[in-house]
Amino acid sequence: MNRWLRFLPLAVLLLLVGGLAWRLAVPASEEVRSKLAGKPVPTFQLDAAVPGKPGLASADLASGQPRMVNVFASWCVPCIAEAPLLLEMSKGGIPIDAIAVRDRQEDVEQFLARHGDPFQRIGTDPESRVQLALGSSGVPETFIVDGRGIIRYQHLGPIEPADLPALMREWQAAR
Amino acid sequence: MIAEAGLAALWLAAALALLQLGLAFGLGGGEGRRIATVQAVAIGQGLMSAIAFAALLALFLRSDMSVLLVASNSHSQKPWLYKFAGAWGNHEGSMLLWVTVLALAGAAVALFERRLDERTLGATLGAQAALALGFFAFLLFASNPFERLNPAPLEGRGLNPLLQDPGLAFHPPTLYLGYVGLSVAFSLAVGALITRDVGPALARAMRPWVLAAWILLTLGITAGSYWAYYELGWGGWWFWDPVENASLMPWLAATALLHSVNVLAARGGLRAWTMMLALIAFSMSMVGTFLVRSGILTSVHSFAVDPARGSFILALLTIYIGGALFLFALRIGDVKEGAPFEVVSREGGLVANNLLLSVILGIVFVGTLYPLFAEAMTGEKLSVGPPYFDSVASPLALALAAMMIIAPQLRWRRDSAPILPRLLPGVFVALAILGLTFWAAPTIGWLPRLGLAIGLGLVPASFQPLFGRSLRRTPLATYGMVIAHLGVAVAILGAASDSAFTKEKLASVRSGQTVDVGPWLVNFRSVMPVAGQNWTALEAELRASRGSGVNVLRPQSRFFSEPPTTTNEAAIESFWNGQLYAVLGERDADGRWQLRLWWKPFVTLIWLGGFLIALGGVMALAGRSWTERRQRRRLADMELYP
Repeated sequence: MNRWLRFLPLAVLLLLVGGLAWRLAVPASEEVRSKLAGKPVPTFQLDAAVPGKPGLASADLASGQPRMVNVFASWCVPCIAEAPLLLEMSKGGIPIDAIAVRDRQEDVEQFLARHGDPFQRIGTDPESRVQLALGSSGVPETFIVDGRGIIRYQHLGPIEPADLPALMREWQAAR
Repeated sequence: MIAEAGLAALWLAAALALLQLGLAFGLGGGEGRRIATVQAVAIGQGLMSAIAFAALLALFLRSDMSVLLVASNSHSQKPWLYKFAGAWGNHEGSMLLWVTVLALAGAAVALFERRLDERTLGATLGAQAALALGFFAFLLFASNPFERLNPAPLEGRGLNPLLQDPGLAFHPPTLYLGYVGLSVAFSLAVGALITRDVGPALARAMRPWVLAAWILLTLGITAGSYWAYYELGWGGWWFWDPVENASLMPWLAATALLHSVNVLAARGGLRAWTMMLALIAFSMSMVGTFLVRSGILTSVHSFAVDPARGSFILALLTIYIGGALFLFALRIGDVKEGAPFEVVSREGGLVANNLLLSVILGIVFVGTLYPLFAEAMTGEKLSVGPPYFDSVASPLALALAAMMIIAPQLRWRRDSAPILPRLLPGVFVALAILGLTFWAAPTIGWLPRLGLAIGLGLVPASFQPLFGRSLRRTPLATYGMVIAHLGVAVAILGAASDSAFTKEKLASVRSGQTVDVGPWLVNFRSVMPVAGQNWTALEAELRASRGSGVNVLRPQSRFFSEPPTTTNEAAIESFWNGQLYAVLGERDADGRWQLRLWWKPFVTLIWLGGFLIALGGVMALAGRSWTERRQRRRLADMELYP
């Protein structure tokens, strides 16, 4: 065996230890950044989910103003939990649009009547096609899109009071 | 008092380990006397550790809430079995168990080892003391299990309910015994490298330890896999979770070591390679411990997330593994390679086995640690999941199984006799089954298809070493190999059948509704509240029927109050040809229940296979120790009556 090759296992170990030590010293960041952050919204066009309120298209999201897009469904229990917070944000002047996933018109109407309606536009996405194109894997999820239609932030799961500061920070950054 | 006595015993054990280390490596005493003293000290160290661990068990059984560890991991209302298991169901307790087993293993080496010469035995006990010393320091300085809590609370916090399961109560100690058994192989290798005495005698001394460790790891992994299957309620049996990998990696190394140590014992070959594997096997145990204990990788069941402790274990790991690998690099040039052999031979087959196992080990190792390094390089967070491991490790595991059809039929050193007739039964069955699957199950994937073919081919091939020889004269160790290889075949068949034929159904049901899954009709009757000793639950009643007869399944959604946690207790009904598996999920807004059903044909073969593998190991261990003792007695008789 080559004299130096014998030291190879030791070298591999030291490399490993170096990596592990670095990882112990620098703990992982808690935030999960979406792969889509910084990319433009994919092109789509959704019909209105409820009468009297416009549907949603990708063009609506590049209107010069940053917007929030909430992916929700009437059958989703965590969506109920975040509904009051969305309402509060919309009252605070943040324009919020929505995509209703795998839903029926009367169910959405009932949901909005019961839990409040913070949305300016609601598109219906009966087969979750747009949801998947957006890189969203579940409901609820919330995106912040800047004025040029670029996704700035993706929040997974229901928005909880503790998430508001981070969300507002991203909102300010998108303006 | 008990806690203080335990702590004192722990300090004494640590002091004895230091003394043992000093004596073994030449501080004081003449050569002949010294080894006897080292042996006595090793036995004392084992005793003291056992006393410390017994003290911890007593504290848990008495629910002594003035001890911090008991208060934060136990509860006076818990069934006694879980109070008992609570002693090691936490970081400090499990580390104490680890070091106790390590010290007891050292004591056993001191008491029973007769094959090695004094110098190598002394160096081995020195290495074992060095290992123990580090872990004693870790306990005493960074994770004292006997710390008092003042004022004492009235009630404790309980054990993580996921861990409250009879199977899991004994799962960690089984794995630990396995890990620590490998520490003896490590110490033996270090001892032999120090005294430049690598040969068949060392291999014979190492073999029972490797075998015993490997049996326990096999049992531990099998039990852990079944536990995850029925307790986590996700219907799978292997997730490639970092914690699962932490026990799989030492097992892979130990399996390779088990085969190469046989070559060293029987033929004197593969010396350097066997030493390397002995070092790697225990290194993998330590890396596994580090990964689980440091919280560096996130996992469903990593606990005790603490970077300070992580750094301590990392330092120990660097000193021990780094030191051993350095020693290996310095000394391995002096180790002569043993008897030569040709490519087509039993040795050749075992080398191929070792290479395949090592490659699988490398793949699991890289997959487990890659996310860490990827983040270091690119700053991006990613995870390596089942798709990577399944697609890379499964074909190699199948290649390994295919090797097992061939290699045991080969002869030592070189095989010039016609090989083909010996290979025919296994290969013929495998090819026939492969053809049959295209006709009987045309839609299944190629991995399960190959799994079925190779698994069934391995069944006759496993028995083949028994063909044409006197069954009464065949050593028990050979039967052990037959049973263990058969176990591999059975486990592969279970895994292949599970991935090829499983039927899954996710339904949202009201009472009275019927759902079909595979050949079963499952009727959802009702949901009723039930209560246990320290939990309450909602229990569904399902009536499953297939042709005639009805089976009642009762999956539960369990709620524990201390600490507040909900777990899903799957209901599993076993039949000769598979298992019906039901999980009760959430109730949705309009009153329907989420129900998840699986029909898993022949899935139980996976764990039956694991059990058979371990049984084969037990037979080999029993057979070998019996033969050795008989040989020793015969030698002794010859000395007495020349």
